[in-house]
Amino acid sequence: MVTRGFTGRQSGSEQLDRIPPGQHLVDNFPVLTAGPTPRIDPADWTFTLKVGPRPVKAWSWSEFNVLPRTRMTRDIHCVTSWSKLNTAWEGVAVDDILADAGLTAPTPFALAHCYDGYSTNVPLADLATGKAIVALKYEGQPLPRDHGGPARLLVPHLYFWKSAKWVNGLQFTERDEAGFWELRGYHMYGDPWNEQRYTND
Amino acid sequence: MTEAIAATARWQRCTIVEIATRTPAIKSFFLRLSETFDHAAGQHVDVRLTAPNGYTAMRSYSIASAPSDSKVIELAVERLPDGEVSPFFHDVAQVGDMIELRGPLGGHFLWPGSSNKPVLLIGAGSGVVPLMAMIRHRKASGERVPVALSLSSKTWGDVLFRDELLELEMSLPNFALALALTRERATRRTDFSRRIDARMVADVAARLPESPGCAFVCGSNAFVEIAVDAALALGLEAGVIKTERYGA
Repeated sequence: MVTRGFTGRQSGSEQLDRIPPGQHLVDNFPVLTAGPTPRIDPADWTFTLKVGPRPVKAWSWSEFNVLPRTRMTRDIHCVTSWSKLNTAWEGVAVDDILADAGLTAPTPFALAHCYDGYSTNVPLADLATGKAIVALKYEGQPLPRDHGGPARLLVPHLYFWKSAKWVNGLQFTERDEAGFWELRGYHMYGDPWNEQRYTND
Repeated sequence: MTEAIAATARWQRCTIVEIATRTPAIKSFFLRLSETFDHAAGQHVDVRLTAPNGYTAMRSYSIASAPSDSKVIELAVERLPDGEVSPFFHDVAQVGDMIELRGPLGGHFLWPGSSNKPVLLIGAGSGVVPLMAMIRHRKASGERVPVALSLSSKTWGDVLFRDELLELEMSLPNFALALALTRERATRRTDFSRRIDARMVADVAARLPESPGCAFVCGSNAFVEIAVDAALALGLEAGVIKTERYGA
């Protein structure tokens, strides 16, 4: 339905093919969080890999920081409708985390768990083969606390609620189990190019 | 909740039936739904505008009205100078226009229906909108849970829903109101003439008959960070502090 009198900004058309439907470009980096911003001292930080209920391996901050590093520059898309282009990240690829634990493909699904109790589900296929990292740096600097520091998951090809802030573990699951927002009406997969915002989209 | 959202999150056309200027920067838009929905206080809708060439712009707006059987919901839209959708609403939209929206959405920032513990509401500017839905709901439902609202605005004239809030402060039992003006002196003794800080939040919480059981905070990220730290300092658990932040 055409909205009477609306033309929209529609600027930056050279980048139009990078902006999914219903999204608009921002230059700033909005912060959206459902609760308080946790304070996590790297000295207390751990990252735990689980298969089902069973912990397979845990890393301290210093152990995690000597894993191989991956850099990626990607466009990101928030379900609240902003998109940001060319964001530069550095961290540890999920592939390298799995390799360090001696795992290949434990199960087809995973839940990311976080210090604030948040969780979100992502299929293994969207974490592995270089698609996702646990980010430790943004634009060359340690990840700011309100953007998930010291570490967040980065799955840039899905809506950004999948890129869980303050991540402290990955749990592989037999079934695709809903996380925090997925239990509260948001889509199980969250592909921005198919506008998978809410449960039945 | 999840099922309710899934069942009602279809796009629908609604009609603007009334536009009310609330403050110099904020107007309320009363929209008649074509499909009634049953929202919870604190939820939002997504609004979609479509240009003649098919370009669409989508934004989320909190619902200001209390849940009711009415087919009309109220959205309060602040005009952002660099905005794309809010200037359309302020400068172009007229009574009788059709708007597409879907909702109700959001399953977290929700009025705690069964709680008897006092509720602390902290908002800034148009961040009071979902909190207003909660206050209106508490009034309409006859619930007695004590509520305190701390609302920061630039000036007296910028206080969204000011007259209604002042009236509720007089008429609604167990409702405490504290306005904070950041660019003007407050004239009421119970208000503040400064930006939010931990002392202010503690002062407002102390107007409740007992410690709050939960807190809802809505505003800019910087505002929310200060308010949340203050709520944590009062002894609230992180899990009972719910936040909504404007992106900036």
